[in-house]
Amino acid sequence: MEGFLELLSEYNVLAAFWMTIRLTVVSAVGALLLGTLIAVMRISPVPVFRGIGAAYVTLVRNTPLTLIVTFCVLGLMYFLNIKLLPDSVSLKPQLFAWAVAALSVYHASFVAEGIRSGFNTVPPGQVEAARAVGMNFTQSLATVILPQALRGAITPLGNTMIALTKNTTVVSIVGVAEASYMMKNMIEFSPQFLFSIFFLMALGFVILTLPLGMFFSWAATRWVVAR
Amino acid sequence: MSNQASFLFDIPGPKAIRRHRIIGVVGTLLILALVAWLVWGLRSQLTPAKWMPFLDPGSWSNYLVPGILNTLQAAAISVVTASVLGLVLALGRMSSLRLLSIIATVLIEFFRAVPVLMMMLFVYFLTVFVPAIAAVVPAELKPLVGVVAGLTFYNAAVMAELLRSGINSLPRGQTEAGLALGLSMGQTRRAILIPQAITAMLPALVSQLVVILKDSALGYIINYPELLRQSQTLAARHANSIAAFIIAAILFILINWSLTTLANYLEKHMRTRQSGGMLDLSRMEADTDDTAPAR
Repeated sequence: MEGFLELLSEYNVLAAFWMTIRLTVVSAVGALLLGTLIAVMRISPVPVFRGIGAAYVTLVRNTPLTLIVTFCVLGLMYFLNIKLLPDSVSLKPQLFAWAVAALSVYHASFVAEGIRSGFNTVPPGQVEAARAVGMNFTQSLATVILPQALRGAITPLGNTMIALTKNTTVVSIVGVAEASYMMKNMIEFSPQFLFSIFFLMALGFVILTLPLGMFFSWAATRWVVAR
Repeated sequence: MSNQASFLFDIPGPKAIRRHRIIGVVGTLLILALVAWLVWGLRSQLTPAKWMPFLDPGSWSNYLVPGILNTLQAAAISVVTASVLGLVLALGRMSSLRLLSIIATVLIEFFRAVPVLMMMLFVYFLTVFVPAIAAVVPAELKPLVGVVAGLTFYNAAVMAELLRSGINSLPRGQTEAGLALGLSMGQTRRAILIPQAITAMLPALVSQLVVILKDSALGYIINYPELLRQSQTLAARHANSIAAFIIAAILFILINWSLTTLANYLEKHMRTRQSGGMLDLSRMEADTDDTAPAR
């Protein structure tokens, strides 16, 4: 126990979880924006856009996140030296930017699927009424369809956000110093505390995901569209 | 989608069709420009020489095919172990013994909250660092054990919840009929409810296989020689990392896409075969937390 406390003073566990939280929040914003765009493309009146949206979801959903992350960082960033931020920015933020990009691209497909299930909760009468008062597609989308669809999609979107929180661990493969990366390091240097380290880190994720789950189930009932 | 799309906007007339065509062309050009920009950026990596190794049968027989087989092996073992453990956890959670039910609930919630990668690392290190376990597991099996264990715990928790919501969605008359026949609650569950829930779960099980298959790529971190790791080992010899990533992605997408198609077929087929009793997958995904957006 003594040694374990000493170990904790050597490793900044809170900083690692702070990185996990930052990855989650920034990627969540990216995934929500891109995912909404893809979902809207899938119901757009322009057939080509519907095709592109469907293709995106099919391709990305069937690719492992590990592959997307390693492709972005090992392939594009290290191998080809393609950077998302200006060259003057140091390595760590560059790595963070690519990690967020990979996580956003991957989870956008699940956000798009979630919002699509939200579209299905909007009764046809709502849209027909919007059209009957003379709204065009963009107007009915912005004022009638999307507000209701997003509220109907809270549960699947919440699930995606919880999965995203846990999936941030995948970017440890390319060396982003988040919780699982630190866990790997700690165990490799002090294997005698294998169990304590694992349960501490696992507890961190329970603490992160449990309230998130409770919040989204509360939000889903709080903001459900009364019909 | 097509019949839903029809009420979302007016049926386009000649003018709107023309406008949509113009927007479509502009949009396509934008996407093509993006793709062209990507290809231009990667041009040094997409030359014919970079693709040549994939025409060599040796690359396939020594690297890619063993990679695919290892990925499938890990996924196949995990889906079986996860189903068994999932059944046990579901039975435990529904048990009338309060203590057992609490333990199962805590385990399910724990397994669902811990990232698969962490569980994989933990079990892998367990087989490396704990002498009693390290002695039992042969060195070449350690990565496989880590991958299978990581996949098993998470997916067992998901399956337990699928099974539970499957049983809960069965008509109450099924339980009542069982009890009326003089079966105990446990007997009713085993003989009447669970078999129906499992049959109804089959499509969801195949979809879960896609999740497991994708997650097996996490074995990359503990050096399990799955498809992604093998493609990169191959790439290290030919300096064609990007081409290898693309080939690996195509293989993953093909495998997963066929499994998804199979799941959809099973769902449709079984819905027509048995009247009622089928689970509404979309509703089940809403009930159980993170089945939908898994890796």
